[in-house]
Amino acid sequence: MLEIKNLHAKAGDKLILRGVNLKVGAGEVHAIMGPNGSGKSTLAQVIAGRDLYEVTEGEVLFEGKNLLELAPEERAREGIFMAFQYPVEIPGVSNLYFLRTALNSVRKHRGLEEMDVMDFMALVRERVKLLGMNEALLERPVNEGFSGGEKKRNEILQLAVLEPRLAILDETDSGLDIDALKAVAAGINAMRSPERAMIVVTHYQRLLEYVEPDFVHVMADGRIVRSGDKQLARELERQGYAWLEEEAALAQENRA
Amino acid sequence: MSTASQEIQALTQQEYKYGFETPIEIEAFPPGLNEDIIREISARKHEPKFLLEWRLKAYRHWLTMKEPTWANVKYPPIDYQKIVYFAAPKGWKKGPKSIEEVDPELLRTYEKLGIPLHERERLAGVAVDAVFDSVSVATTLQEKLAELGIIFCSFSEAAEKHPELVERYLGSVVPYTDNFFAALNSAVFSDGSFCYVPKGVRCPVELSTYFRINARDTGQFERTLIIADEGAYVSYLEGCTAPIRDSNQLHAAVVELVAHDYATIKYSTVQNWYPGDKQGRGGIYNFVTKRGKCLGKYSKISWTQLETGSAITWKYPSCLLIGEGSVGEFYSVAVTNNHQQADTGTKMIHIGRNTRSTIVSKGISAGHGQNSYRGMVKILPGAENARNFSQCDSMLLGNQCGAHTFPYLEVKNPTARVEHEASVSRIGEDQIFYCRQRGLSTEDAVSMIVSGFTRQVIQELPMEFAVEAQRLLSVSLEGSVG
Repeated sequence: MLEIKNLHAKAGDKLILRGVNLKVGAGEVHAIMGPNGSGKSTLAQVIAGRDLYEVTEGEVLFEGKNLLELAPEERAREGIFMAFQYPVEIPGVSNLYFLRTALNSVRKHRGLEEMDVMDFMALVRERVKLLGMNEALLERPVNEGFSGGEKKRNEILQLAVLEPRLAILDETDSGLDIDALKAVAAGINAMRSPERAMIVVTHYQRLLEYVEPDFVHVMADGRIVRSGDKQLARELERQGYAWLEEEAALAQENRA
Repeated sequence: MSTASQEIQALTQQEYKYGFETPIEIEAFPPGLNEDIIREISARKHEPKFLLEWRLKAYRHWLTMKEPTWANVKYPPIDYQKIVYFAAPKGWKKGPKSIEEVDPELLRTYEKLGIPLHERERLAGVAVDAVFDSVSVATTLQEKLAELGIIFCSFSEAAEKHPELVERYLGSVVPYTDNFFAALNSAVFSDGSFCYVPKGVRCPVELSTYFRINARDTGQFERTLIIADEGAYVSYLEGCTAPIRDSNQLHAAVVELVAHDYATIKYSTVQNWYPGDKQGRGGIYNFVTKRGKCLGKYSKISWTQLETGSAITWKYPSCLLIGEGSVGEFYSVAVTNNHQQADTGTKMIHIGRNTRSTIVSKGISAGHGQNSYRGMVKILPGAENARNFSQCDSMLLGNQCGAHTFPYLEVKNPTARVEHEASVSRIGEDQIFYCRQRGLSTEDAVSMIVSGFTRQVIQELPMEFAVEAQRLLSVSLEGSVG
């Protein structure tokens, strides 16, 4: 479904991704771990099309299409969804209205009719229940005045309503207490399906206790330095990231 | 510049839709201003004598005044002798007439503007007075309103048919000595709307005036007077457009509102005068004095304005809260794009006991636009328990525009409570990217963010116009973040 080849990207003059290779197939859940500054969030944002980053080398194919040629909204309509690490507030715009506009722009792209209000409400209510969310949040402005946990859960609600082919979760576990974490994980698990791929970006192994990944990748210094199964995540939890930094330092010396 | 900013910039560069010119023969006075011109205007309109004298007094006073310079706007000096003070379609004769008698070219003009005047196409629930350059060309639904005792007509007609009302109220809220532009207007005003709602009557339809400037080098000086007698209710809306021209044109209007005991006046404006081109050439100078007097106890005056047009906007719709328990409200959205400048706000003068006022101002600046909120809240010694709440929010689209806030508070009664909140935000690339990541185009993202920002004000507009206002807002900003 997703194929990343030798991806290099920079922010300003700073090279952040230094040759990322990754293949993600339908139905798979990949976890990307790594210390702060290793480039894992940048990778998520580059896939979503954030223009703060400039791709200098490499390619990203999504269902065989060159993703890097598409605008962010086109990627979204093709079925790529990113749950934001810091969900953005949009004052005065109701959460429901935002969600419906988003859903209809995706549906339109897929040649489907706009969903009418009744059907939409039925769908949203069902998903809200599934996530154990407070229905009152639907009428409030997008993320405005939401607690950290509410914001993250709202991201998962959007994921559940938009039903993307590929979901990228950027540090969705950060800042959550254990109850919120469990709720968010339950939402993510409910969205796992043989047709859908997921990339879970996280610093800690914590979330992976509840969302079991098929593959775990470790990033350091802008590259994937180690790949394995869920055992790798546990190993990291025990050892920390210090050994990686030593390896990275060595790699840097070799480059120099 | 990032690609998102470039796209947003492209988006706000839309053309002005109402810039066409009506090919109609115009009869105009020669440019320039003197007592003869004023006499001639008054004679054309068969005005009662007191009105001519009032005009001349205003003119003589105006000659002693200086143009104000305190506003946060810049423009080259205006040559008042180069302005044409009266222009009307040829053959125009004063007085009410049936739609059949109106020049079909004029009817087509209003149709193109979305204001059909013909009976069969009219907007439901709205009575319209159509003002074209210096004269009112048609007023709809007059007979129906007359059955309820409501007078809704052009100012000229009111001066002739209801001189006692005009003499009693004209200048009672905005005296001709008030300010430079009000004095000029008092001397040369040509037409406008007049409305009187009698005791206990609730006006069942929206009253509206549509102002159109068409003739070149002509100033428009209209005067609107609305009186709501005891317990009456009226909702009034004005709209304005003008053709695209290279030169600036002056629009100096005066609006006076009077609310007696328990009366309510809701006054809404959708101002879309030609704003000038992208380089800042041309456009209307909109220098307007609007004021309402809450004369009676528990009366209420509510101003709602959506200001998207004009090269320069200088206006402060205000309330004099005299009656005990009277209420003043001001809801405003002002947009400045390209080289537009706006210095707008309100004055709430609390005179009576238990008076209350609310101010909600939303300024949006894009391109090189400069947007200033200027507001005064004054609590006089007699205003026991007066309350005011003000909220001024500014949004910047891009980094070459400016937002400024000048609040003035003057509190002379210790029991008063005054609150002021202000915020400035930049429409974030974060917000736009968030929307795009969910499948919205940049254009839809900006329009959604702006509509969220202005919702509190737009929802105060009469329903018939809220949708139009929303659309106008997104068009005014098309092409503007960068």
